[in-house]
Amino acid sequence: MQLPTTYHYKVVRQFTVMTVIWGIVGMLVGVIIAAQLVWPELSVNEYLSYGRLRPLHTNAVIFAFGGCALFATSYFVVQRTSHAPLFAPRLAAFTFWGWQLVIVLAAVTLPMGMTQAKEYAELEWPIDILITLVWVSYAVVFFGTIAKRTVSHIYVANWFYGSFILAVALLHLVNSAAMPVSLFPMKSYSAYAGVQDAMVQWWYGHNAVGFFLTAGFLGMMYYFVPKQADRPIYSYRLSVVHFWALIFTYMWAGPHHLHYTALPDWTQSIGMVFSLILLAPSWGGMINGIMTLSGAWHKLRDDPFLKFLITSLSFYGMSTFEGPMMSIKTVNALSHYTDWTIGHVHSGALGWVAMISIGSIYYLLPRLYGKAQMHSMKAVETHFWIATIGIVLYIASMWIAGVMQGLMWRATNPDGTLTYSFVESVKATYPFWTIRLLGGVLFLTGMLIMAWNMFKTMAGGQAIEAPVLKAAIAHQAN
Amino acid sequence: MSDFVSSFWNIYIAVITIVSILGCAVLLWMQSSAKHVEGKTTGHVWDENLEELSNPLPNWWRWLFYLTVIFALFYLAMYPGLGSFKGQYQWTSTGQYDNEMKKADDQYGPIFQKYLKQDIRVVATNPEAREIGQRLFLTYCSQCHGSDAQGAKGFPNLTDKDWLFGGSPEQIKETIKDGRSALMPAKGVKPDLSGDEIKSIAHYVRSLSGLAADPIRIHRGRQLFSVACAVCHGPEGKGNVGLAPNLADKVWLYGSSEDSIIETSSNGRVNQMPAFGDFLGEAKVHLLTAYVYGLGDGQ
Repeated sequence: MQLPTTYHYKVVRQFTVMTVIWGIVGMLVGVIIAAQLVWPELSVNEYLSYGRLRPLHTNAVIFAFGGCALFATSYFVVQRTSHAPLFAPRLAAFTFWGWQLVIVLAAVTLPMGMTQAKEYAELEWPIDILITLVWVSYAVVFFGTIAKRTVSHIYVANWFYGSFILAVALLHLVNSAAMPVSLFPMKSYSAYAGVQDAMVQWWYGHNAVGFFLTAGFLGMMYYFVPKQADRPIYSYRLSVVHFWALIFTYMWAGPHHLHYTALPDWTQSIGMVFSLILLAPSWGGMINGIMTLSGAWHKLRDDPFLKFLITSLSFYGMSTFEGPMMSIKTVNALSHYTDWTIGHVHSGALGWVAMISIGSIYYLLPRLYGKAQMHSMKAVETHFWIATIGIVLYIASMWIAGVMQGLMWRATNPDGTLTYSFVESVKATYPFWTIRLLGGVLFLTGMLIMAWNMFKTMAGGQAIEAPVLKAAIAHQAN
Repeated sequence: MSDFVSSFWNIYIAVITIVSILGCAVLLWMQSSAKHVEGKTTGHVWDENLEELSNPLPNWWRWLFYLTVIFALFYLAMYPGLGSFKGQYQWTSTGQYDNEMKKADDQYGPIFQKYLKQDIRVVATNPEAREIGQRLFLTYCSQCHGSDAQGAKGFPNLTDKDWLFGGSPEQIKETIKDGRSALMPAKGVKPDLSGDEIKSIAHYVRSLSGLAADPIRIHRGRQLFSVACAVCHGPEGKGNVGLAPNLADKVWLYGSSEDSIIETSSNGRVNQMPAFGDFLGEAKVHLLTAYVYGLGDGQ
């Protein structure tokens, strides 16, 4: 077979641009619902009510923004570290258009109120089928490219991307199993009932965090951090141990979402202990990323791309410490159902997922459009500081609000009655919701700066295809 | 234990959990003892300059990992987790709940019991009891009746003198303890009422409490009312306690506009006050009754 001489960058470019666009859309919806909590009268009709926009926000940021970032970077990384162009590039093009269709359908059906009512798996059955088709195609392209690599070893980033693709396929198929009852309006009933349904949902939900939002983005980290730092990965051993331990233990951690519910005690205990064991494997990725910079710390001072990447690892370390702590039953008794959970999620989603994606996409853009650098590095620097301040405002306000709510809900009078009615805790949370809104607005502003910078960079450059590099002689596959 | 349909699953869970936890430790131990040279790369290169150092696992990290494994095994020895094995502490979540409830009853029970022996009319004038009653009200009742007890559409105002199910202490207590359910049938007892006829009834009903209405429709509505509505609401619309609301006063549960009354008459209404007797117990219901009774009498 005659190998093409260039990598396939078109699909990478398409996903890269859409990452920024969907990022803005998803975060804008987030800002709107944050504003609705401060000013409930902004919930003008049922289509734009909090209950329907909230799943649109989570789906848009996780699957549209995060998903496009993962598609873009994995297609880029798998080609370059396999020293081979993409397998089945037309199938890769299908994954792009198919995924965009999924996102548009989500944006239409969720405000219309069509939902499976499973968190992060709200999309109804016809869209679920489309997701399955896109995902299988994604797996074929990704593993096909690995199979035709011209280098003997598989690079560590691809282990993580590969596990993410396989696990998400499994999670999606099992959790979305349902009996369809109508096409319009889209409606189905879950294949599971009662506490089993809840357990399957949170087995899915926690692994969506573990594989979609962690393993996939660790794959990103393992390519873009050493590339931008121009340093070798800190420890191969560490990557082996933390990879296997991470993907193995995540699968057990779901029950911590159902502490003190109808879920049997034994299931809750097992979920809790595996969540604690998960701490070290999670931190393995942070250590490997941050220590890769050892000996080159000075680069952090004037390289805004690295600032995004390394800051994201700090937030990753912080949220993967916080997570196991919150899974301890006595801590969970205070934190559960409060805004602390929202703070925790956003230290992961904004601090880790968004920051590492933004850093990686800044790395990609000039290389995809034949430029030496982004249009304005000053704007990248500004973006970094606005985003960081936004995150800090967001998570600090939600931490304080969450602990306050938890303490208010459990406070009792000398006669044993509750000190505060629920609505008093809502009233006390208003100032923190306002600070959170401000944090969200800042983060969104950063994304708008990024979009401007991206379009300027694209306008000043032109789409290029890079030649496939020959693998170093000693490492070529036979 | 009822969680398992057979002893196989019990053993399956215990074994797979222990093997998995130990498996983490074994993986860690195997990889710690592998050969490595600090500062050297593994020799592989990808994409021009991607390399990996063969540094050993950081010691503090290794021990953190082992520590969580040891904690996990200890926890599962003490608490339920390994199938139907109950753990050394014999802890259960229902047991913890029962203990806490018992402790609370022992500690706070006497405070509430003290008032249970007194007549509700007496309790209603005791400021200390009213304070406790208000706290209970804010926790259990305010979601529907509002923090100020003035209600909302579909949820009765408890501060006026109008009582759907009676305002005596005994009747209020019965309402809180056993709950109430109410049903207004669509179109009353005359299911063939036309839309125009219902409109006339709405005008008549509005006229009962002095609200603006069309005189011709009032006339027609009065006759229709006597056929379709009077059996419950009475010939003059003054209602019957426990059966149908008074339509001749200024109190409107679902609104007094022509549209609301037409909606009520056309589609009927279903409403329910939940029963709190089993949930709160006699003594707390007694205090709540006194508090609500006090509101109604404007004390």
